[in-house]
Formats: sequence, structure tokens, C-alpha cells
Amino acid sequence: MTAPILAIENLTIGLPIGGDRANAVEGVSLAVNPGEILCVVGESGSGKSMTASAVMGLLPKGLPVRSGRILFEGNDLLALSPEAFRRLRGVRLGMVFQEPMTALNPLMRVGDQIGEAFRVHGERGDVRAKVLALLEDVRLPDPPSIIDAYPFRLSGGQRQRVMIAMALALGPSVLIADEPTTALDVTTQMQILRLIRGLQKDRGTGVLFITHDFGVVAEIADRVAVMQHGRVVEQGEARAVLDAPQHPYTKALIAAVPHGRVRPAEAAHADTVLKVAGVAKSFRRGGGLFRRGTPVAAVADAAFSLKKGETLGLVGESGSGKSTLARCVVKLVTPDEGQVLFHGTDLLPLGRGAMQPYRSRIQMVFQDPYASLNPRRRVGDIIAEGPVTHGVPREQARARARDLLALVQLDPGAMDRFPHEFSGGQRQRIGIARALALEPELLIADEPVSALDVSVQAQILALLDEIRTRLGLTMLFITHDLRVAAQVCDRIAVMQRGRIVEMGPTAEVFGAPRHAYTRELLDAIPGKAWTPPLEAA
Amino acid sequence: MGAAKLLRFLAARSVKAAIVVLAIVVFQFVLIRLAPGDPASVIAGQSGAADPLFMEQLRAQFGLDRPMHEQLLIYLRDMLTLDLGFSHRQQQPVATLIGERLPATLLLTLTAFLFAVTAGVSLGVMAARRVGRAADSLITVIALTFYATPIFWVGLLLVLVFSVWLEWLPSFGMFTVGADLTGLAYAADVAKHLILPSLTLGLFFLAIYARLARASMLEVADQDFVRTARAKGVPEGRIVRAHVLRNALLPVITFAGIQAGQLVGGSILVETVFAWPGIGRLAFDALLARDYATLLGVFFCTAVMVVVFNLITDLLYALVDPRVEVA
Repeated sequence: MTAPILAIENLTIGLPIGGDRANAVEGVSLAVNPGEILCVVGESGSGKSMTASAVMGLLPKGLPVRSGRILFEGNDLLALSPEAFRRLRGVRLGMVFQEPMTALNPLMRVGDQIGEAFRVHGERGDVRAKVLALLEDVRLPDPPSIIDAYPFRLSGGQRQRVMIAMALALGPSVLIADEPTTALDVTTQMQILRLIRGLQKDRGTGVLFITHDFGVVAEIADRVAVMQHGRVVEQGEARAVLDAPQHPYTKALIAAVPHGRVRPAEAAHADTVLKVAGVAKSFRRGGGLFRRGTPVAAVADAAFSLKKGETLGLVGESGSGKSTLARCVVKLVTPDEGQVLFHGTDLLPLGRGAMQPYRSRIQMVFQDPYASLNPRRRVGDIIAEGPVTHGVPREQARARARDLLALVQLDPGAMDRFPHEFSGGQRQRIGIARALALEPELLIADEPVSALDVSVQAQILALLDEIRTRLGLTMLFITHDLRVAAQVCDRIAVMQRGRIVEMGPTAEVFGAPRHAYTRELLDAIPGKAWTPPLEAA
Repeated sequence: MGAAKLLRFLAARSVKAAIVVLAIVVFQFVLIRLAPGDPASVIAGQSGAADPLFMEQLRAQFGLDRPMHEQLLIYLRDMLTLDLGFSHRQQQPVATLIGERLPATLLLTLTAFLFAVTAGVSLGVMAARRVGRAADSLITVIALTFYATPIFWVGLLLVLVFSVWLEWLPSFGMFTVGADLTGLAYAADVAKHLILPSLTLGLFFLAIYARLARASMLEVADQDFVRTARAKGVPEGRIVRAHVLRNALLPVITFAGIQAGQLVGGSILVETVFAWPGIGRLAFDALLARDYATLLGVFFCTAVMVVVFNLITDLLYALVDPRVEVA
């Protein structure tokens, strides 16, 4: 084996006084060999992104490197002057970030942003031709028109391709990719992973790939390092770590990965709780005082039904209309046509007053646990507010809120605290308690675990499952993650561009998909060839 | 952005602007009717002869005896041909009066505007680049001082220092009366007279631009694409110019558009303090003299200016920010 091209030795990065631990990163040693992909895996706050920033010399001010070395092509990066470091960035070291929507300058043409990498490093000659060749390399459609486009014209996946083109422009020997596919849809994610893998093979680039997703690791990693609380707890060949993890934390993480094994379907109940028929909703884009905008169909001709105690999964990529459809059911969005029958009563023609009794019987849990709770109100009031507006005496509602907190496994002391004092997973528990406070029959969960770390995700899924069986809830579960859907749902409806293209029992949809799009989605699950070992737990 | 698209945008927006101006004219018409007594009684009052026969004559002469909607149509026609009426107090057409005063006001307000924008944004950028250090604190304190100080007081203080104590600059008027200068000498004389009033008018806005630019720069500097530029190895100076500043200017443009709309009507106070012969003084004098025709002419002129500058701002915004559709 050749000498590593990038070697991080015993790196320690301090946190400001008052942080939740003394050092963000402590005694980390990692090595990337030429032409190798090293995946660094960990949950949020594990220090994995901090390590990547240190290699790029992009650490935020106030986070000092306490000790260690970062050897790149034999030189210690930490000993370089800022100017010497700048000359390396973009030339020998390239980086791709997580959020493609904000990582490009909105006011600068795509071609100019890639070309800037050439220009600031003194590259002369026909920059435009080089940029066009790069756009070709990252397989963007129609490079001559993309080169003059502004970023807002491009989709997330296309922007990430632009980022990759930019990072690889000057042929760096190391590429650092910080969760480059986390913000993307599953099919796009697979395309980007294949692209990175292909380019890396062709050019012999060493890749430091940061991710939280073991599926992604299984898909592309040569070697893996697992980080927890700023330390590397396990490191080794990808296969070995994935199939026979040694450290308890690695074992726990792998056990928490949604395994995608189909759960046995509940015995179907006779009562139909919800029947949706022919629901359609379109929005208008653009337009003004004199001109109507062009209509965009968000949901078209959607029909499904839910029996008591059943969980239906609504699966699809962003923009497929799954959230809009869910919002139509609770009338947060008013559909243009169709029927939403709740125990046989069509909810759509009901006025505010007539709708009121139904509001409490259908409740929703939202995706973003950070944005969906009012930051200025105490948790107890947030949970009790629903029942109080429906006429339950305040004291009784608060007593119930305390019970609910216990049900979602939170301390009753949480009553008098504010949402910002809780972690993402705890906030999602509060969100669930809030929905349950109204004693709903039908719970609509809109991506309830998408914003959470994998181990927290597993806890919330287990909690939802327990509550569902205990309270006999009927559930509409919206997710983009097929592994999660397989685990949670009795039946699955796959949505594409506003339409339900396939619907059936989970085992059937996963085992024998009939629609081409369903097959495409299933193929795109990262690391589908890898089944997490059962004994890991 | 294609030229055809731009023209379509301009056409559509001009139609909207015309509707707004029309509404303003109708509003003005209603405003006159709301004033106590009709114009005939005002004129009669001013000429000191108010017997009923004279009033009837006046009403017939001015068409005030015709039905209301007919009067409105005549008024609209006059406004559209830029016939703003006749000032009986000054014995001149209002359009002539405004035409005489407009250049002086525009000279003053444009100078103040350009000074406020360039100096304000520069100070804001300097402060943002040295955030938390002494220079930042100094700029912030200066900006806050000008922001909090009443504009006329700043004017009086400047006069006290530069005209009375130091005797460097003239304290009132637009040129030296009786000097009969021509050519460059005249221009230099006007420029000397221009310094104090435009400084007074500009300092308040300078403070706003400095604070706005500083906050905006700091906000943009934290954004992801700035980190991307840094990861590309872009030198710090270029990051500030090409990436941060351009994005940070968007809110500045918004505010500059609002201020530009006030170019004609916003300088009454300063024109009065410095005896500057502009629209503001004209409006002030007309107000004291109850010269409705002149006052409404100024009002109309100001309103049109606001509409025009709104259009220009939107156009500028579309040129700077590709995400804004000109449609």
C-alpha cells in the first residue's frame, strides 16, 4: 500500500468555554489513500463535519486547533500561512457541501462560478471550454445552456453536480464531501453517489466522505471511520465494519438503521375510517394583476381508503404531492375537487363550525421539530391548547398533558419548559403528545423522522408503533424513505408527480413492484445489497 | 434577460403606473372639494371683494357651475396635458413655477442622495469587515448619532461651525446675490452653496445606509455560498467584492428606491433652513399663503416622482437579481 495522501494525526479542536464538551474533536487520526473513499460516519454533533472543515482550513473563528497535525502530500496543513493554504484550496483540495440550494451564489452564473476556480488560481487560456468540458463530465444536460444559467434555474441534484464540477475543476488529489447527498431525493442521491464514485475512479482522487447514513456507506465506502462525541470509536474496511461491528456504539447505530424488512400486516378491520376519492389540487405559479399564473397540478385524481387500525404509507420524492394530499385530508389545503369521507361524512363542503368536531379527530405530526412548536410558549401550554380550545377545562387538559408526556417517555417536568430546551427527538415527542392530546382516531404523520438522527429516528418509530397499537390509531404515514415505510406501514401508496401510481400491501409493493417508478425507487435505496446484521443489536 | 421581455415588462408596468397616477389625480380633485368653500370663494377672499355677484361671475368663469363629473373630466384633461392650473397668488401658471424650482431641488436632493448612498455603503462595508473592533464601534456610534439627531439641528450646527465660526462656506441661498458670475465661476459658486444643505440632508440617510449595509454584509458573509467561494481558494478581497457585497446590496437598493421617490418632496425642511430656492420652499410658502393650486401641483409632481422611481427600482432589482422575474 502507498503512503496516504491525507493523514490526520491526533487532531484535537477545542470548543469555546461553555460548550457541551471541552473539545469538538479529540485525538482523531484518519488516513485517506490515493484513489480510496473513506467514509466518516456519525450522528449530528459527533465532530465529523468539524474534522472536514479543519482539513480545508475553514474552521469557524473561535474554534482553535489544540494539537495534532494534518499531513497533506507530506506537508502539515496546520503550519501553512493563510495565503499558502488558500493556494491549495480549490487546486489540490476540493470540497462539496451538504446544502446545494444555498451553496451557490444566487447572483452569479453557474459557468462564472466554476470558471472562478480557474481564474483565481491563475489559470489562463480558454476557461469557458474547460468549464463546458467539466459540465459534460458531471453529466449535466445541455452544458452550453447550463453554463449561462443562474443557480435558481437548476434542481437540487443539478446544483450538486455543479458543486462537484467546481470542486474537481483543477484536478485536486483529495475531495472532501460533507453529506453531499443528504438533502437530495433518493433517486438523485443514487445518481450523485455513482457520479462521485465514477469520477473518483477515473481520476484516482482520494475522497473523505462525511455521512450519517449507513446505506450510503455500504454503497460507496472502501473504508469507514465511526465518530462519536468527537472521537473515532471504530475504523476499518467497509465490509468488516458493516457486517461485524465491534464497538457498542457502531452496533447500536447499525441496529437503528431502518432494516427495510416488511412487518407483518395487521389483520384488516371492517370499519373504513377514511375514504379519499378523486381529490385534485393545483396551484398557480407566477401571474399578477392582469395575468393569471400557469396552473401546476400538485395532486391529481388521488383515491385511497384507510381501515380502522391500519397504517398507510404515502411514499414519493419531493414535489410528488404527498404532503399536499395529506394537507387536503385535514383541510389545511382546500382541494379543487374530490371527496374526503371521514366515517362516511364528506369533510370538504363543511364550513368552519361544522368542521370543528372533526378537527380534533384527525391530527397531524409535522416534519420539522424545530419549526413546528411555538418557541415562546411552554410545552405544557402547547399540548393543552388544543383540548382547551375544544372546551376541556384548563386543569383537566393540563393533567392530561402530564400523562401524555409520560406516554411519549418525557419527564413531566417538561411541562414548564420551552421548546428550545429540548433536542430534536424530544421535540418530535412533544409534537406527538400535542397531536394525541385531542384523542384523535386518525393520525397523519408528515415525514415525522426525516429531520432526526438515525438512532433517534428508531426511537420515534418505535414510540409511534407502540402508541398506535395501544390506542388503536389509524395512521397515514408520509415518508420519502422506503426503508422506513416498509417497517411502519401495512399498505403503501407510491406517488409520482401528483398521482398515485401504485398501491398495495407493503410486502407486495416491495416484493413485486408493478410500476416502473416503484422499481426505480427501490433500486435507488442506498446500500440495498447490504442487509444490516441482525445480531448487531 | 431579453430586450423583448424587458419592453413587455416596461409596457405592463407603465399601464399600472398610469392607473396609479390617475387615482392620485382623482384624489386631488376630491381634496379640493373637501377644502372649506369652493375655489371661487378662495379667490374672492384673496382679492378682498366677496359680493355674491362677483362670486357668480367667478364660478361661471372657472366652470364651477357645471355638474361635478364634467368638472372632473376637465380637470383630468388639464392634468394629462400637464396644465397644472394658475397660481393667483403668484400670478403665474403653476407649471412654470414648478419648472423654475425643480432644477434647484433636484440638484440638492440628487447630490445628497449620491453622497448618502456611496458614503453610507462604504462606511457599512468598512464596519462589517472590522466587526467587533474599534473602527466598527466608531462607525456605529457616528451613524447612530446622525440617525438620532433632528435634521434641522444638524443644519443649524453646520451653519454655526462652517459659516459663522470658520467662515468657510455660505449659509444660505444658491448663489452669491449680485456677484453676476458666469461659466465655471458660477458653477463653483453654486457648488460652494450646495455643500452645507446637501450634507445636512444626506447625513441622516447616510446613517441609515451605513447601518443597513453593515447588517446586510454580516448576514451574507455567513451564508453557505461564501464558504463555497472560500473552499475554491478565492482571495478574501474578491470574496467581499464579488460574493458578499453584491448580495448585500439588494436591501440597500430597496431602500434607495424608497428614498429616491422622496427626491422632490423630502427636502422642505432643509430648503427652508438654508433658503434654497427649490420645490420644498415653494410648497412651504404656498401652504402659508393658502395657495391651493401650487400646493396641488407640487403634490402631483411628487406623486408622479414616487411612481417613476418605484418603476426604476423594480427594473434595477430585476437587473441585479436574476431571480426576480420581469413579468
